[in-house]
Amino acid sequence: MGAGHSAGGISAAYVAGDSPVHRLEPHTKLVAVVAFALVVVTTPVQAASAPVAYAGFLALVLGVAAVAGVRAARLARSLLVELPFVFFALLLPVVSGGPRVQVLGLSLSEHGLWTGGGLLAKATLSVLAATVLAATTEPRALLRGLQRLHLPQVLVQILMFMVRYADVVLGELRRMRVARESRGFRPRHVGALRVLGPAAGSLFIRSYERGERVHLAMLSRGFTGRLPTGPPPVVGARSWATALTLPLAAAVVLGTSSLLL
Amino acid sequence: MTTAAPSLLVDDLAFAYPDGHQALFGVDLRIAPGERVALLGPNGAGKTTLVLHLNGILRGGRGRVAVAGLPVAEANLQEIRRRVGIVFQDPDDQLFMPTVGEDVAFGPRNMGLDEATVTRRVTQALEQVGMADAADRPPHHLSFGQRRRVAVATVLSMQPEILVLDEPSSNLDPAGRRELAEVLQALPVTLLMVTHDLPYALQLCPRSVVLDRGVIVADAPTRELLADADRLAAHRLELPFGFSVR
Ligand SMILES: Nc1ncnc2c1ncn2[C@@H]1O[C@H](COP(=O)(O)OP(=O)(O)OP(=O)(O)O)[C@@H](O)[C@H]1O
Ligand SMILES: [Mg+2]
Repeated sequence: MGAGHSAGGISAAYVAGDSPVHRLEPHTKLVAVVAFALVVVTTPVQAASAPVAYAGFLALVLGVAAVAGVRAARLARSLLVELPFVFFALLLPVVSGGPRVQVLGLSLSEHGLWTGGGLLAKATLSVLAATVLAATTEPRALLRGLQRLHLPQVLVQILMFMVRYADVVLGELRRMRVARESRGFRPRHVGALRVLGPAAGSLFIRSYERGERVHLAMLSRGFTGRLPTGPPPVVGARSWATALTLPLAAAVVLGTSSLLL
Repeated sequence: MTTAAPSLLVDDLAFAYPDGHQALFGVDLRIAPGERVALLGPNGAGKTTLVLHLNGILRGGRGRVAVAGLPVAEANLQEIRRRVGIVFQDPDDQLFMPTVGEDVAFGPRNMGLDEATVTRRVTQALEQVGMADAADRPPHHLSFGQRRRVAVATVLSMQPEILVLDEPSSNLDPAGRRELAEVLQALPVTLLMVTHDLPYALQLCPRSVVLDRGVIVADAPTRELLADADRLAAHRLELPFGFSVR
């Protein structure tokens, strides 16, 4: 049956705590992170002030992470999702045109270096901010936040079922693997695909059937297509102000750095 | 309830699945308010099919179903689903909301109740199943037995006319099984319980009906039925080893 007490899956991103960042209403945090990312993305890469601005942004995110009690190791691990960008960013100085500079015997495009570096900095800062959000907000609170921000119902429902059933489906996947391996199966070579293909198919069918049963259970309790929600919590100007400190501070960093340099 | 109408009336119900497989062949069943009835029968007898007719999930065959006098029909579905509370076999199918409290509130909110009433119903239903302190927990963090009890709460909060349980004791450990029995015993509701667990039927339901190959083949006091070894054997029903009823 259910995966019970697994700590893995979707809820693994959350780090329990009681910091001021944890206590903020989820939708205010969502807005803050998106606004922060916007400021970061709109910072012009080629401007002389860009490196200073990026350093300022980095200090801001790390500051929030410190307040929230999110460890450095946790932040570093989250940067793994960035790897494809890193690859692309490293490629840019090599393949771009324009004036070139010599670095360690390599001829690199100056324009490419700036663009690649800018891309990397923007991606890293956004990922860090999103990580702090995920580490301080439970997945279901995040969903409530998205719902309050009027994300389309269908999307919220899909995400909600994903959060709820990720553990259940992972549990099913694990049991199927245990059953295979208990009978001596080792996925060693391409031939294993003959076994793993149908296994994936049967997982799909099981999930599909589960979906049908869940739908029956929902209909049985009067579901008409809209998820009913409780009353929205009252959010004072204070918590908005706290949450929006991050993007506002980022905007100030951007403004002062471009004025001074 | 002061209505003269039975809580549940099933009259000559027949049904074939779209693939042509006939699962029910004219089922008659009448359950009075306050009665507790066990629905027994071998695998594939049509028990779940019958249950899905009680709140109009399955329809379109011959015969009719009425709940407290209200016929199950397209126009009444919402009210029928309030009156018939079905608890499905796998609590993971039943508990789909992010938290226990929201899940128990799902039915009442669909009924359009105001928030104060919803909150009251949720607290009351969770108390009835002994899970009052779990309201804010995500369902997948609960033990299987706790999830089963919360699943019962999700329909209790709709204050149904009749509570229908599909194999409530399956997969429970002995303690979980006993705890659920205590919860069910304390509930002041009309009950229809599908089960393969004959001692459970005896403990909770004074009356039993046996469904076999899509028809009701026995309807008797549970104790009397379980004492009749020949009749049990004829319908692939067996008491657990070492058990006897007299
Ligand atoms: N969706 C379906 N399509 C076609 N036939 C079905 C479908 N669901 C069930 N059946 C068939 O209808 C018959 C009755 O099934 P049902 O699930 O009602 O039995 P049951 O008494 O609940 O059995 P169990 O004790 O195993 O739960 C079975 O022969 C089954 O194969
Ligand atoms: Mg069944």
